[in-house]
Amino acid sequence: MKLTHVDGEHKKNLVLYTLSTCVWCKKSKTLLSDLHVAYDYVNLDELTGEERDRAIEELKQWNPKCSFPSLVVDNGTCVVGYDEKKIREALEL
Amino acid sequence: MSDAGEITAHEVDALYEQLLSDGQRSGYRLNGDVGFVRDLVKGLIFNQRRYSYAACPCRLASGSKEDDLDIICPCDYRDADLNDHGACYCALYVSQAVLRGEKELTSIPERRPSPDERVHAKAGGEQTSPVGSLPYPVWRCKVCGYLCAREEPPESCPICTAKQDRFERFM
Repeated sequence: MKLTHVDGEHKKNLVLYTLSTCVWCKKSKTLLSDLHVAYDYVNLDELTGEERDRAIEELKQWNPKCSFPSLVVDNGTCVVGYDEKKIREALEL
Repeated sequence: MSDAGEITAHEVDALYEQLLSDGQRSGYRLNGDVGFVRDLVKGLIFNQRRYSYAACPCRLASGSKEDDLDIICPCDYRDADLNDHGACYCALYVSQAVLRGEKELTSIPERRPSPDERVHAKAGGEQTSPVGSLPYPVWRCKVCGYLCAREEPPESCPICTAKQDRFERFM
């Protein structure tokens, strides 16, 4: 799965599952950028075929609802939705 | 899915105005954050172009209209989310309390069943209810007589905009 990297300080390993049209996803990206942390994201709606299916299966492991945004922190926890408080907590900021 | 091309400000304006006037007529209120709403409207236009139906911009559409009927805006979950959270899932529509700034707007939990639950529900086929029982209560607007079958009455009547407290349990 092709991830897009956004530069910043490497606090944790962050993978953000998003949709290109989702306004809450956009807010999450803005928040992470404002916090100056490095992260990777993937817009699932822009994937096709097997790559898309694999990405959906991967996300379902973290968030069975497969809703967006979903932020996977250090391959261990997942923050579902745009929740500034929870995101800050997960990043220990 | 083809290239959806550039979406013009004029197109966004046109749909925004339409949603605003439809909402005013039927008692649904758009989020007061115009920039936020315009982004959502752009997403709706983009989805209309690429899927041929205006799926919720904040949900992953399958590309199959039949599978996504429930998330075509306004989605099946709007009224319940307005009642419970003061906003629909993407927050295009909000309750009066949110609009007046009395309730804070946040990202809300997804009410739509998960992909696995939807597959399971589809495999289960149509549910038939026994004679004499109703799957939902029926609510009646005491102002205009509008009837609706759902868990709770809407925040305001889609016909006459009477408030929720003007509804009575009818059946």
